Amino acid sequence: MADFLLELRSEEIPARMQKGARGELEKLFRREMDAAGVTSGDLTVWSTPRRLALIARGLPTETEAVREEAKGPPVGAPDQAVDGFCRKNGVDRGALEVREVKGRETYFAVIEKPGQAVADLLAAAIPAIIRDFSWPKSMRWGDASVSSESLKWVRPLSGIIALLDGEVVPVVAYGIVSGNVTRGHRFHSAGEIAISGADTYAGNLREASVIVDHEERAAIIREGARKAAEAAGLKLVEDEGLVVENAGLTEWPEPLLGRFEDDFLDVPPETIQLTARVNQKYFVCEDADGNLANAFICTANIDAADPAVVVDGNRKVLAARLSDARFFWELDQKKKLKEHAKGLERITFHEKLGTVADKVERVAKLARWLCEEGIVTDSTVRPEPVEGRNGSEVRTSTSAARTADELADLAEQAAKLCKADLVTEMVGEFPELQGLMGGYYAAKEGLPVEVSDAIRDHYKPVGQGDDVPTAPVTVAVSLADKLDTLVSFFAIDEKPTGSKDPFALRRAAISVLQLLEASDIRLRLAVFIEWFLPIVIDARVESEIVDKVVTDITTVQKVRGGTTEDEIRAYSKQFARDSQLVAEIPSQVEKAFSTIQFFADRLKVQQREAGVRHDLIDAVFALGGEDDLVRLLARVHALQAFVETEDGTNLLAGYKRAANILKKEEWESKEVSYSPEPAEKALIDALDAAEPKAATAIEAEDFAAAMSALATLRAPIDRFFEDVIVNADEPHIRAARLDLLARFRDAVHRVADFSRIEG
Amino acid sequence: MESEVKTARPESSGIVRDPTRSFQDMILTLHDFWSANGCVILQPYDMRMGAGTFHTATTLRALGPEPWNAAFVQPCRRPTDGRYGENPNRLQHYYQYQVILKPSPSDIQELYLDSLKAIGVDPLKHDIRFVEDDWESPTLGAWGLGWEVWCDGMEVTQFTYFQQMGGFDCKPVAGELTYGLERLAMYIQGVDSVYDLAFNQHGVSYGDVFLENEKQMSKANFEVFDTDLLFKKFEMAEAECRNQIANDVPIAAYEEAIEASHIFNLLQARGVISVQERASYMGRVRDLARGSCEKYAELKAPEWAEKYPEWSLL
Repeated sequence: MADFLLELRSEEIPARMQKGARGELEKLFRREMDAAGVTSGDLTVWSTPRRLALIARGLPTETEAVREEAKGPPVGAPDQAVDGFCRKNGVDRGALEVREVKGRETYFAVIEKPGQAVADLLAAAIPAIIRDFSWPKSMRWGDASVSSESLKWVRPLSGIIALLDGEVVPVVAYGIVSGNVTRGHRFHSAGEIAISGADTYAGNLREASVIVDHEERAAIIREGARKAAEAAGLKLVEDEGLVVENAGLTEWPEPLLGRFEDDFLDVPPETIQLTARVNQKYFVCEDADGNLANAFICTANIDAADPAVVVDGNRKVLAARLSDARFFWELDQKKKLKEHAKGLERITFHEKLGTVADKVERVAKLARWLCEEGIVTDSTVRPEPVEGRNGSEVRTSTSAARTADELADLAEQAAKLCKADLVTEMVGEFPELQGLMGGYYAAKEGLPVEVSDAIRDHYKPVGQGDDVPTAPVTVAVSLADKLDTLVSFFAIDEKPTGSKDPFALRRAAISVLQLLEASDIRLRLAVFIEWFLPIVIDARVESEIVDKVVTDITTVQKVRGGTTEDEIRAYSKQFARDSQLVAEIPSQVEKAFSTIQFFADRLKVQQREAGVRHDLIDAVFALGGEDDLVRLLARVHALQAFVETEDGTNLLAGYKRAANILKKEEWESKEVSYSPEPAEKALIDALDAAEPKAATAIEAEDFAAAMSALATLRAPIDRFFEDVIVNADEPHIRAARLDLLARFRDAVHRVADFSRIEG
Repeated sequence: MESEVKTARPESSGIVRDPTRSFQDMILTLHDFWSANGCVILQPYDMRMGAGTFHTATTLRALGPEPWNAAFVQPCRRPTDGRYGENPNRLQHYYQYQVILKPSPSDIQELYLDSLKAIGVDPLKHDIRFVEDDWESPTLGAWGLGWEVWCDGMEVTQFTYFQQMGGFDCKPVAGELTYGLERLAMYIQGVDSVYDLAFNQHGVSYGDVFLENEKQMSKANFEVFDTDLLFKKFEMAEAECRNQIANDVPIAAYEEAIEASHIFNLLQARGVISVQERASYMGRVRDLARGSCEKYAELKAPEWAEKYPEWSLL
């Protein structure tokens, strides 16, 4: 048994790629060893910015000799076939053996593969691993790059160590000769260092100020940052992503705590944290009360002669960035959000859907409508009292529920301002802060708390696991924003296809579903689209005379009066465009309504992921005509609960039997003109009782009760099939019984299409 | 590598060159360093441009198989970064130090670090890091991979291995180093405002040299340039570029592309280009720059292929 060490040394590998690279190295090594018939042994893979290392323990030193047999053509086959078989297996014709297979004389080639030295197999594997290594982005370099065929790697590859039990495995790969030397820390170690084998590798590197185990570096950073914070009487804001990133940027990590000027704490803490993390990869800290402290922790890659010098340099950089942030924060507040919002007129939302200002206009109308129609109400959830931030006073909302009109006013106000922060300096610098900054600026302006909260949270929920807003004003704005996006893009036929969803419409639809569900909001999609479409479509038609018959410049001139020729030409162009738009309206209407089906599809996906059986979803969807997603869901959930009971399973069996019979038979409806058998009578009675109960329950949206009503049919239908012959000899009896089965089937159908249910 | 280059002034002032005490000494030290390492020391290109990469010594020389090693200072114009001399860190006119090494030598990182030592950055006192930063210039049809080099968390240099230029693969690849001179100097001299930098060791500050320039040029860029004239100039540069390309003079064509690019930046600063128009103008500049590079490569390709039989343009 032997231990193998492979080190691929490179110029600095991007931190974000190191995890993938470790996986890739392990995968390729296993692939090569499998192909060579060598058990890979126990693998350890490490990475630093400047090297990838793999240690395989317990490799054999030789592979076992293998005897393989290949069956060839039968004796007497054309020479061509026999020769081809020999060539393929690398044997002479004279060496073929003849054996009997199912009574036919058949050629066999026996191939003896002697055992091979694993060192040789490794020497062949290493260039293949390097060649096939897949990086997210790779490049050429150096003299070899005079050809575009030269090796591509993440950054220049500069050295290879390949040691099997301490012996160099000789390889020349892409101009690099393998050996037993590497380099230590870029600044704390000079020249080459020799490695004697897999066991001493990590230790040799440690002496050269390199901690090769990425997890050990992560632990040093995690612990070191925590301790540095504690020593300063603070609490580290933990950030595992930053830990890993810093571990990928260092070979000898040294977490160092520094302070920045207190004044910077005037800007929102999220801004400071984002600047520190994204731009500088620093941790931040909190004080005992959980407020952001004026401290940062950077991770140096040296054991600095004087750490204070390094900290001070980092402090200056952070200070420059924070003063930019403070400059933006103060500059943005010189204008009210309302004025900022005017800037949205210059930003195109979509070529066919106008500017962001146009979108905001639509969202405001829609948010207002959602409140006025009582779709979003203030009946259930009250906003929580809001904690003061950064010294702003604690405001609590009034306890009385808002009327529809009050809500509508607040929602419209919030919607009109919700995108204004997109044109502020701060969001220009940190797009991640969209919404949040608008919320801050609104609060600073003294706008109602419902409005500032709605501006802050109207992008939510932005994915699985994100908070789903329930404050009514926020819900109205958030729903309006997403519904506008969906219907508008569908109207212009920009719907997602396959893996392409450039406007994130799938996510928007899922967010709408989450919002509706969380607040139990009853929204008839068809009613909404019908009301909303004119707002989407009319806005695009700009000329005021589009409904008039205008065909030539002379007419335009008459309508517009004495305008210049250029203006008339422009106007006539506008008119032509508008006419086309008007012509497109019917198809736009149709496409906009297809949003409902899109929602249904998203709901299916969402429910399937939540563990609801897809056949049950189909069974409810097949009923058709349902555009209230919350009601749809309630039905699906009730059905799921029902089919899992014994009654449900048996009723389903009875339903399937009835449906099968009905599918095959033809008959004309007949009144019952004979005395029905007891089992037949029992079913009729049960249906007479169950049908109105189910109908009432569905009307009241009590789907569990509707299912219970159906459950009462289970015993009668079972007994009916046991006791009654449907295919009676008398045609009128047969027809009446088929009628009865059809009635049973239809009764079940009013709750769900059971034919879609599996099992 | 020589890491210290201190030369007594010819006059008997007793002052020796010290890159840590004067902006010009830092530049001279870099010149000495790269000169000693085989670079042609060039002077700035005599046109207004947004980055040292625009210099023909970088763009056009990155094309073709011939080795090329050059270093130069290039003044950069970023009209929208003007702050009327009121921001200690932002300038509409500043200097980049460009080094281009083709093919990229295997010890390019070590060379670079030695150059930092030469100007007074000790990597055992300061935390030097190579942090992923890829570069792409759609305008030049160019991209590369590399890093931004951090010194105690501050980005002081862009380090790029050019992969494509003008839409052509770089064969061989050139390594490009772009030092932000003012930032480095502020760091080395330990000052918080660019205007406080010592320009020389005789009491002249960066502010003495450039403050008035920043004030006036910020005003010109943001407020004064006649936008009608700018639009005309843009079109003139565009037309001239096409004329030069049509007549097989790609270097002259390329200069017009540089001109158009700067005029576009001025139009941006004047705030007269809408978001929609912006993409279209950038596309026009890109067509000019790429067209010039393509023409240059096509024109030179036969000569290159003759000298380097193994080499091909595509």
